[in-house]
Amino acid sequence: MTAAPEAPQAELGKARLRKEDARLVTGQTNWTDNMTLPGMLHMAFLRSPYAHARITSVDVSAAKQRPGVIAAFSGADFADEQGSLPCAWPVTEDIVIPNHPPMAVDEVRYVGEAVAVVVARDRYEAADALEAIEVDYEPLPPVLDMRTALDEGAPKVHEAGNKSFVWTFGNGDIEAAFRDAPVVLERTYRQQRLIPCAMEPRAVVAWSEGDQVTLWSATQIPHVLRVMLALVTGIPEQDLRVIAPDVGGGFGSKLQVTAEEVLAVLIARKLGRPVKWTESRSEGNMTVHHGRDQWQRIRIAADSDGRLRGLDVDLLADMGAYLMLVTPGIPLLGAFMFNAIYKMDAYAFKCTGIFTTKMPTDAYRGAGRPEATFAIERIMDELAVELGMDPLQVRERNWIKHEEFPFTTIAGLTYDSGNYEAATDKAKELFGYDELRREQAERNARGDSVRLGLGISTFTEMCGLAPSRVLGSLAYGAGGWEHASIRMLPTGKVEVVTGSSAHGQGHETAWSQIVADQLGVPFEDIRVLHGDTQVSPKGMDTYGSRSLAVGGMALVSACDKVVDKAKVIAASMLEASADDLEWTPGRFAVRGDPDKGVTIAEIALAAFAAHALPDGVEPSLDSEATYDPDNFSFPHGTHLCAAEVDTETGMVTIRSYVAVDDVGKVVNPLIVEGQVHGGIAQGIAQALYEEAVYDDAGNLLTTTLADYLVPSAADLPTLQASRTESPAANRLGVKGVGEAGTIASTPAVVNAVVDALRPLGVRDVTMPCSPEHVWRAIQDAGKTGGAA
Amino acid sequence: MTQITVTVDGTSYVDNVEPRMLLVHYLREVVGKTGTPIGCDTSNCGACTVLMNGVSVKSCAVLAVQADGADITTIEGLANGEWHPLQRAFNEEHALQCGYCTPGMIIAAADLLRDNPHPSEQEIRDGLEGNLCRCTGYQNIVRAVQRAAEAGATS
Repeated sequence: MTAAPEAPQAELGKARLRKEDARLVTGQTNWTDNMTLPGMLHMAFLRSPYAHARITSVDVSAAKQRPGVIAAFSGADFADEQGSLPCAWPVTEDIVIPNHPPMAVDEVRYVGEAVAVVVARDRYEAADALEAIEVDYEPLPPVLDMRTALDEGAPKVHEAGNKSFVWTFGNGDIEAAFRDAPVVLERTYRQQRLIPCAMEPRAVVAWSEGDQVTLWSATQIPHVLRVMLALVTGIPEQDLRVIAPDVGGGFGSKLQVTAEEVLAVLIARKLGRPVKWTESRSEGNMTVHHGRDQWQRIRIAADSDGRLRGLDVDLLADMGAYLMLVTPGIPLLGAFMFNAIYKMDAYAFKCTGIFTTKMPTDAYRGAGRPEATFAIERIMDELAVELGMDPLQVRERNWIKHEEFPFTTIAGLTYDSGNYEAATDKAKELFGYDELRREQAERNARGDSVRLGLGISTFTEMCGLAPSRVLGSLAYGAGGWEHASIRMLPTGKVEVVTGSSAHGQGHETAWSQIVADQLGVPFEDIRVLHGDTQVSPKGMDTYGSRSLAVGGMALVSACDKVVDKAKVIAASMLEASADDLEWTPGRFAVRGDPDKGVTIAEIALAAFAAHALPDGVEPSLDSEATYDPDNFSFPHGTHLCAAEVDTETGMVTIRSYVAVDDVGKVVNPLIVEGQVHGGIAQGIAQALYEEAVYDDAGNLLTTTLADYLVPSAADLPTLQASRTESPAANRLGVKGVGEAGTIASTPAVVNAVVDALRPLGVRDVTMPCSPEHVWRAIQDAGKTGGAA
Repeated sequence: MTQITVTVDGTSYVDNVEPRMLLVHYLREVVGKTGTPIGCDTSNCGACTVLMNGVSVKSCAVLAVQADGADITTIEGLANGEWHPLQRAFNEEHALQCGYCTPGMIIAAADLLRDNPHPSEQEIRDGLEGNLCRCTGYQNIVRAVQRAAEAGATS
């Protein structure tokens, strides 16, 4: 029995320094590529140099004779056991999901597709032996432009043709909304293809011991991967263990079941030795799934005062050569976001998924929502220009007012909370909006060769994926819950097991903060375990800004169960009725007698010793909980960008950038700010720098970081990030934050660039707004008679 | 095979290596210094940056044989009993998320501060141009280098 302690200071909202950093800043990190196992062999893949070709023969026999080579295999060698890489999101009943062997057998459909593999004693020997493999190809015509891929007579990527699916969605009378509308605007926007470029390349190690196969992989999804590997390879799920050690970023790119993972497992089993493969960056740029790649036709109808009547969206989405884990679902996540924060009478959406002979696309930070947000925020600016209104004014006319929450949108989602006025007011003030507008007018008036543009993005997004029943209604192949367990150790310390799988987000820190508050134990006394299906047997992993809003809530539920059980034991220890106990985190005390109490550590020890537990109470103090959210999470915010555009060189410089984000209650402001910074940087990268470029033969030209322009410190501005707070309708009041910056920033930047150039007659600039694209847009506008 | 003698983080090693072996592979696979990661194959990302005789090099762009006789400092040898001011500052300013670029970034920053103990924000941004980070947007990295500079980190 202990006297009443001082109540601990709340951890929620505290800028705790990260627990993870100790190993990361000292080089003690456990990356997959650091692993060495006794007898471990190295794999190297021979990859197709053709975008599209029939394979007529593969001869690996000479490679097998090379020094140090243990084995070499072609796709045909695994034809019976390699299965087909899975697509877990068949979005329509008649969707075409082509067979997707991890190693090509008869035909290759993108440059970089694996054709053969060498297994050797070291990575150099494996790479050397690739040149001894002989492959005969019969080239077939590539399919490189989704806009012409459905034309009659177009070459076919697959027997069944180039159309994978058509998915439609809508609400309200779209024809009525457009009929006699005073304003109708139609625009076509290009979402260029992007390469995720997590800094850690993919790496796998597979080890087969008896019946058990263990796969270490640089993955975001150890749990999902285990299920999928079992389904693809036929290895019983209970014999598979997947471990995601420290993982160096993902951004969606490691939300995948890859050819190399499947083949590592099969080869380790076949050879009875551990095998390892780590991709090179050039290999990765070709063969890690790409993101975005859409043509967006968007039409809006509005009244003459700027009120939106209807929105009509028609997307072409490049699937690439195959459907990977969630490829077809990505553009559909955007379907619920084109209407954004705006009210309207009717909405129609159509998406056509098209095959081309390129690397498949799939989730990349934001996944469908950045694309949607870009299109609506771009066209809202155009609506403002059409009506001679300020772009903020036209947004305010249409957005959901803060007193209208919860609000069910035209797309059928119920936004639980938000305050667009508050975020926008704060952003305008920090930005100096009115003053910048004055400067812009002055510079335009004197014909400054460096123009100033102001870009706006008043965004929201749906994240915290996701209520399982909603995923079911969208034909997704799994649920959206998350699992957590709490183990109170006999010494009063705590192990927290989470089904979330961190790869840079800081879960070990944030989860410790949540549990410290819930259980009243010190932050330092908590260890968070994750990323190993044997340690953390249940989980849905980390993507879609779901960890906190779903996984964090699972923690709260698990803590509740610990406290409930602790209460029964405490009552027995204190010889009091459970009804008479009061819980302040960390301690039960008898109501009215605060000095008579027991701490959670004392209860944990009593539960471990189990000498005097009440009848029916099992020894040990621990719990498990699974949380299935009943809604998505809807962070929002207002981002404002001031860009200077040199009209002579086309060079864009971001002069200032203000981000006011509403992510609800904040667990750790340091981590939140970091997520916002990094997210914005990735969105700016799409706006200004990055594009995956294929040539006319279907070769990827941007295979290196010299060609694919991931921005450096010298390319990015200093951001001003601030917050407003409207708590979400969950117990922690939290929303997701991982993707918000990326979703918000791309349209803010491009709107600023176009705003700067509008006096020159420029109506749009194709991303990325590189000097060349900007300069050409200026020249084209000059030719078509835009006023200088 | 060529025999080389290299000092890595204070310990001297004598090894026979293939002439084509990259220094980063030597460090990771022969010496076991896996704290230095590999992020690309074209010397663009800087994740593998180490100090060679006190000057930063991308260890994927140096052959192990070129390091014969050299004194190499990796992220694992930077702390001297306690964390280097840059390691502390990276933690305190939340200058890392996944941490994959961090070893190279810290080593490059150490070299930057050796050249210029009091860099401006722009000098830090320009000085770290050869090191890519995909997580942080660099803002907190810049703050961390400023903080370490204020703490007097010069190597």
